[in-house]
Amino acid sequence: MKRGNLVKTTATILSLLALLGFLKWADSSASPYFVQILNITGIYIILSTSYNLVNGVTGQFSLGPNAFMAIGAYTASLLTMAPAEKEITFIIEPIISPLDKIALPFLPSLLIAGVVSSLFAFLIAFPVFRVRGDYLAIVTLGFGEIVRVFATNVVSLTNGSLGLKGIKQFTDLWWSWGWAIFTVICLIGLAESSYGRAMKAIREDETAAQAMGINAFRYKMLAFVVSAFFQGIGGGLLAHLLTTIDPKLFTFFFTFNLLIIIVMGGLGSMTGSIIGSVIFAWGFELLRWFEEAHRISGISIPGIPGMRMVIFSLLLILIMIFFRRGVMGRNEFSWDWLFKKFRI
Amino acid sequence: MTDILAVQNLTVRFDGLQAVSELEMQVEPQTIRGLIGPNGAGKTTVFNAISGFVEPSEGSIFFLGKEIANLEPYKITSLGITRTFQNIRLFKDLSVLENVMIGFHLSYTTLPSHSLLSLFGYRKREREVSERALGLLERTGLLKFADEKASALAYGLQRRLEIARALGARPKLLLLDEPAAGMNPSEKEDLMRFIKKLPDKLDLTILLIEHDMHVVMEICDRITVLDHGEKIAEGTPEEVRNNPLVIEAYLGDT
Repeated sequence: MKRGNLVKTTATILSLLALLGFLKWADSSASPYFVQILNITGIYIILSTSYNLVNGVTGQFSLGPNAFMAIGAYTASLLTMAPAEKEITFIIEPIISPLDKIALPFLPSLLIAGVVSSLFAFLIAFPVFRVRGDYLAIVTLGFGEIVRVFATNVVSLTNGSLGLKGIKQFTDLWWSWGWAIFTVICLIGLAESSYGRAMKAIREDETAAQAMGINAFRYKMLAFVVSAFFQGIGGGLLAHLLTTIDPKLFTFFFTFNLLIIIVMGGLGSMTGSIIGSVIFAWGFELLRWFEEAHRISGISIPGIPGMRMVIFSLLLILIMIFFRRGVMGRNEFSWDWLFKKFRI
Repeated sequence: MTDILAVQNLTVRFDGLQAVSELEMQVEPQTIRGLIGPNGAGKTTVFNAISGFVEPSEGSIFFLGKEIANLEPYKITSLGITRTFQNIRLFKDLSVLENVMIGFHLSYTTLPSHSLLSLFGYRKREREVSERALGLLERTGLLKFADEKASALAYGLQRRLEIARALGARPKLLLLDEPAAGMNPSEKEDLMRFIKKLPDKLDLTILLIEHDMHVVMEICDRITVLDHGEKIAEGTPEEVRNNPLVIEAYLGDT
């Protein structure tokens, strides 16, 4: 029996309150280590759900989220860093004007970072989406590299390979998870709307979608630009958590991690991306065990650095063979499903 | 009574292969026109040209007096032409209901300029579309499958779903590409009865590609016959049935 909307809405609100309660507890009582991973989880949720919008919901194979993260991270940091800090950091070449004088608060900087990222997405969408399929992967991959090279060489803007240091550590659990909740609400809302239906139609069969009156270019562009906005914000939040960023942080490797997350969770499912983010962020830390030396019942096992990625890659291969649809497949979590499971 | 569709001198060339040559065809509104011919005659190419998936090399196509030959497919759909496909292109992983709701996509055409306000009307519009889609499913006998995945349906039902989806866009001209293919005789009877009623009920004109001659002769008002990209005959089912050129094209020249 399907429960009424009131019950479901109440259940959602209660869950959100429980989450907020948990965050409150963690903020005050948990170890800094725990909090750091929790922050990273929140940021990964923002990055992976927005990535899922393009790759999973619209079915377009983009390899470029690292580019938009980088743009967002640098934009937000350059806007919040105090002029004095900028002067100290930019030792090779002074930072260009007017950035050397301005320092904005966190929220406007983040929003500008998101807008700048989506602007770039808008611009490259034109050459990219005019052709189909695999070209998108190559072009977005290339764009990621261009952004990284740009960051390394335009020293008066980005401080080159030295990167930015002394970024104010604005990101705390409320910022990362507040944005994560907002992002998920927006993206699920979009995916369940008529726009989301159009995107799914494009994923299923672009030719048929066109025949139904869907302007495929417009909806691919929409997914791409919205996704870039949140990836820019995610990048900005990450920068203000790590307090230092440099071009090497935003290589294709980061994209690969996000790819693991959305595939593990289930391509096309926002819930899946959330679950994938949690598994990845915590798994990554827990797997650190394999990289340290241990003694088990008298036997010394040496730690092998880099073992974590080997295990993750193996995990991905196993998932691709045995659970190709990932944890959630294409499905989203719904209260109806939960109630049915527990026969409420 | 002006023609709803006027094809003039349509020629489609693919790298030296002339798939359609100088086709002239006029279709009257609220009729069912059959488009028949042996395999490879160019029938689906004509459909592709009309629906915008293929660019004509020469010639014009007029729909309600407007030239549509080089428009994008989605634009042509918004003008009132929808189609089904020879090899069924459903949105496989989506539910039957969602497939039809996507057919109604154009009911949401314009991006709301007063977007915040229309957010509140949003739920109401979603419910309306859902109801209209369910109504359409009921009229096509697919209501009980509404929540099933489209790929789970039997073949004949998938074909029916594709037609239902195409009707969701409220077309004035519907292109059906071999809708009866793979159906058993009783499914074909149901389909024929269903299609025959459409022009009057929905103010619709139908262009039908079909290989089953019984279906074609039963429901078409006029028939155009193609062979090797050229029109070789046109007329009422009676006229076409007895045309020696048509018989020769189907049986081969000896």
